[in-house]
Amino acid sequence: MAEHDYDLPDARGHFGPYGGVFVAETLIAALDELKEAYAAAQRDPQFVAEFDDELKHYVGRPSPVYYARRWSELLGGARIYLKREDLNHTGAHKINNCIGQALLARRMRKPRVIAETGAGQHGVATATVAARYGMECVVYMGSEDIRRQAANVYRMKLLGARVVPVDSGSRTLKDALNEAMRDWVTNVSDTFYIIGTVAGPHPYPMLVRDFQSIIGRESIAQMQEQCGRQPDAVIACVGGGSNAMGIFYPYIPVTGVRLIGVEAAGEGIATGHHAASLTAGRPGVLHGNRTYLLQDENGQITETHSISAGLDYPGVGPEHAWLKDSGRAEYVSISDAEALQAFHDLCRLEGIIPALESSHALAYATRLAPTLAKDQILLVNLSGRGDKDMHTVADRSGIKF
Amino acid sequence: MTKIQAVFERLQAQGRKALIPFITAGDPDPALTVPLLHALVSAGADIIELGVPFSDPMADGPTIQRASERALAKGVSLRQVLELVKNFRVDDQQTPIVLMGYANPIESMGVGNFAGAACAAGVDGVLVVDYPPEEGIEFARILKRHDLDPIFLLAPTSSDARVLQVGALASGYLYYVSLKGVTGSAALDIAAVAARLPEIRARTGVPVGVGFGIRDAATAAAVAAIADAVVVGSRIIEEIEQSPPDQACARVLALVADIRRGMDTVMNAPGGTTWAR
Repeated sequence: MAEHDYDLPDARGHFGPYGGVFVAETLIAALDELKEAYAAAQRDPQFVAEFDDELKHYVGRPSPVYYARRWSELLGGARIYLKREDLNHTGAHKINNCIGQALLARRMRKPRVIAETGAGQHGVATATVAARYGMECVVYMGSEDIRRQAANVYRMKLLGARVVPVDSGSRTLKDALNEAMRDWVTNVSDTFYIIGTVAGPHPYPMLVRDFQSIIGRESIAQMQEQCGRQPDAVIACVGGGSNAMGIFYPYIPVTGVRLIGVEAAGEGIATGHHAASLTAGRPGVLHGNRTYLLQDENGQITETHSISAGLDYPGVGPEHAWLKDSGRAEYVSISDAEALQAFHDLCRLEGIIPALESSHALAYATRLAPTLAKDQILLVNLSGRGDKDMHTVADRSGIKF
Repeated sequence: MTKIQAVFERLQAQGRKALIPFITAGDPDPALTVPLLHALVSAGADIIELGVPFSDPMADGPTIQRASERALAKGVSLRQVLELVKNFRVDDQQTPIVLMGYANPIESMGVGNFAGAACAAGVDGVLVVDYPPEEGIEFARILKRHDLDPIFLLAPTSSDARVLQVGALASGYLYYVSLKGVTGSAALDIAAVAARLPEIRARTGVPVGVGFGIRDAATAAAVAAIADAVVVGSRIIEEIEQSPPDQACARVLALVADIRRGMDTVMNAPGGTTWAR
């Protein structure tokens, strides 16, 4: 791919055959309004300046790039650098996008924001910005996820959000997403739907990517400054894929940098208990876009499994589908057990407790680094911190609080 | 002329409006679907919308989602839905059947395969909720090649340009969603619908059915006075949900017959009938 000819999506939101606007007619006007508002905001220096200012003073950007020296030396191969999104306010990359969309909502004079959440991270980030900007906030969450993520539910309530349990379907993220869409279609005149990942109908995959691409832009400058060159590979975990798109996007035209997305292999691809849509799925249409999906032979969406709730989603952002098909990015998968091992390694060797989502990217680095020379460099997006995962990890070790 | 067009021509000549009930195929059990379809015809249905169950029915409310879940629990697939239509056709070759569902099961089968199989099974039209016109151009072309009418949705928020765009693709009828929200939502605003329909008919030249929020004979009658067709869905699903399986057909028949009587009280009402090209 030549450096300058990546300008996706096209005007109708397509990344090759993926993406698009697959929604009922009732949502089209709202998406058109959002598309226009976003295009105008992008051209408005005041909007861009306010976004940057919020990222700096409220989120705490730029997040550092950190050389994980002990861990790299133990693995005995490439040097591993970590992009520390875990150090952001609220503890993950999700906040970058929420700030951008909340500023858009304010600009569009929508006083009410809604969101869907799985593990609760996007819900917490949305509730946070809603409090920050004085907006009403409703978060849809599967009742099964509410049970598993009690601390995040309480966090959202502390921040003033209303958390609505969703009892339909598998009672997890995809059902929460369906319910949020229904709320939006019903209350579209005063409500802004803050989607948390690079999926959904156009323009969401594009605008979430754009708001998250601060991660990659900072990385390019920081790697140049710290190493005098760019990494040989950039590694990020992929559920819906927002942290990965955020760090990949500015690197797409940078030739010679491998882009590696890591999906959740759960209990193993062969067991069927996983969430690896790009590795084991096939193209279809869900939640407003065409992309790789985990589905049965009749086109029904199947239930997924991952130890990490944030990766537990049967689809993936359409731009990842395109990057896979075009060969610009590679997609691999890491099991629950491998992710847990990397989680513990980083705790003990670097004094960093990573999110289980990010631990999938770390685990792939432990696989790749020893096969590379000592002068090679890997950059791993450490997309979030692991405090939220204490219960899950303790459970696995048979420990009760 | 397709069977759906013929229905509208016949009704227009009689000064009557089309009644289009909706049920989900396989709900509550595949064995009940064909008897329910015949009951709907006996009650006065002119066209039937048959829902294809999908795991993630984003544009539907909880009532139709539950119907989908009940059907999926019985393992009902798109292929089996086509089998049910074929079985219905043994005794009824006249009443048009419109499949209504989501894109993924159809894309999973392959759009061309689906269109061929649907035509062979005796389907007359297809409405894919998550194919708006910009994503449905090729699909509409393939359907028409198989003598199937592509049915599209229009909403109160659809711009004039979109009405034209939809009119250029659609045949059979257009489905005007009478309110913001999902299927099974609150009451609809007759005056608001009445204000919009003449312009839609004029721009598209296709009959317009109105649905979402029609729960009784009185509302159906009011809608029949201004539209070419009345679509009733969630209310019928609720009746099926609340009936013991052996009484479902009788209770649905009574409900739909009542709605039919309500509609026929507005025979020869003004408005409508300007769709004919």
